[in-house]
Amino acid sequence: MSDVRNDLRHDLRGAPARLLVVDDNKVNRLLLTRSLELQGHTVASAENGRVALEMLRREVFDLLLLDMEMPEMDGFQVLEQLVNDRKLRDLPVIVTSSLEGIANVVRCIELGAEDYLAKPVNPVLLKARIGASLEKKRLRDQQTELVRRFATPEVAQDLQDSGFSLGGKRVHGSVMFSDIRGFTSLAESQPPEETIELLNTFYALMFDAISSHGGVVTQMMGDGLMSVFGAPVPLADHCDSAVRAALEMVELIDLFNIERETSGKPSIRIGIGIASGEMVAGYAGTNERATYTCIGDIVNLAARLETHTKVTRRAILIDEVTRSALGEHFIVEPLGPVPFKGKSAAVEVFAVDPGQEH
Amino acid sequence: MSAPTIDRATFEALKETTGAEFALELVDTFLEEAPVMLDDLRGALSAQDADRFRRGAHSLKSNSNTFGALKLGAMAKELELSGLSKVLESAGKPLDELAEEYSRVAAALTELKK
Repeated sequence: MSDVRNDLRHDLRGAPARLLVVDDNKVNRLLLTRSLELQGHTVASAENGRVALEMLRREVFDLLLLDMEMPEMDGFQVLEQLVNDRKLRDLPVIVTSSLEGIANVVRCIELGAEDYLAKPVNPVLLKARIGASLEKKRLRDQQTELVRRFATPEVAQDLQDSGFSLGGKRVHGSVMFSDIRGFTSLAESQPPEETIELLNTFYALMFDAISSHGGVVTQMMGDGLMSVFGAPVPLADHCDSAVRAALEMVELIDLFNIERETSGKPSIRIGIGIASGEMVAGYAGTNERATYTCIGDIVNLAARLETHTKVTRRAILIDEVTRSALGEHFIVEPLGPVPFKGKSAAVEVFAVDPGQEH
Repeated sequence: MSAPTIDRATFEALKETTGAEFALELVDTFLEEAPVMLDDLRGALSAQDADRFRRGAHSLKSNSNTFGALKLGAMAKELELSGLSKVLESAGKPLDELAEEYSRVAAALTELKK
């Protein structure tokens, strides 16, 4: 973690800042560009908002210095476009303007401008504001990068789009639990280093299968994984996707076992339970430490189904909601009702046939 | 209005912070651009385009202040705030005054370049 942080810090500090100056007035443009170049920055300039947006979408800049009064597209319109542009909305903007009236300043800040400098721009103030803005951007880039490395892309995107807040929203999706059968005795029979290695390979294979079908791993518990299909990003055919992921997981484990057997290691088996329906998805924890998770009856049911694979000796078990949403191309066998702990009525359980002998 | 034609302290500070050579080049740019801005203000007046008028006055104000042409800046600011209608009422007289002040500024800046 500290290595990652240092790498990032180095990356971000090492690069010279690229700034874009937007001003329709040639004197202002030249003057501001000159001041910034004297401060050691690389500077490009544009004479109106439209040209500036084209440049921003084509090249990477660290900071935008924006005039407000411009023909074709003024500064307010640029700010509005930036707010609605996923790629550009985090770009720091310092408004440089001699617009009269505090209402205009307020409007700029409300539209997301980071700072406001009155013209003629005082060079000392300019330097201080740019330094502060760039530092803030560096911290933000660092955070984004850390989130990217330690959360799934979907969760990272969700955090970026809607921000972090504890609490959840109701969604329709499928929940999958999976783990390695007999993991504890396997772990006891081999050195811990080998177990870590096994887990890493197992995780790599399972993550790959899950995410390639649109699923998101929300929890890792020892050899167990909880994943969700349909949140934070809605997935139209979440049942199909979850079952396909499960089939691929079983297939990957079969391949992995061939490799293990040739090096004289015992093969492993996995159990997977899938249940679908409504649940609440969101961030649970405290403001300091939280995870993205799903809560609801179907989460418990998926966990019970996974545990039940020990009894049935079938790799993939699903509930009735999941089964009824599946296409024809799956081989599904009804196993009849099973009374699960915590359920008042028995639950219809179905096994999905991987099409391979177990 | 007792503001000087060119405030020497502002002009010297500009030279100081951007380099003398650059500052003089910038003066040349201003001497090229300002007549265009004055024309644009007249154009806005005859087209009765209030937005264009305000924007033109705004630009002139900001450039004037850069070089220490504080009186010209103050006159332009007045026009930016009061808008086109006031100038129309007085049959464009404020624009004539603005042009006169600009001539003085241009002469003073040209002198300062030597």
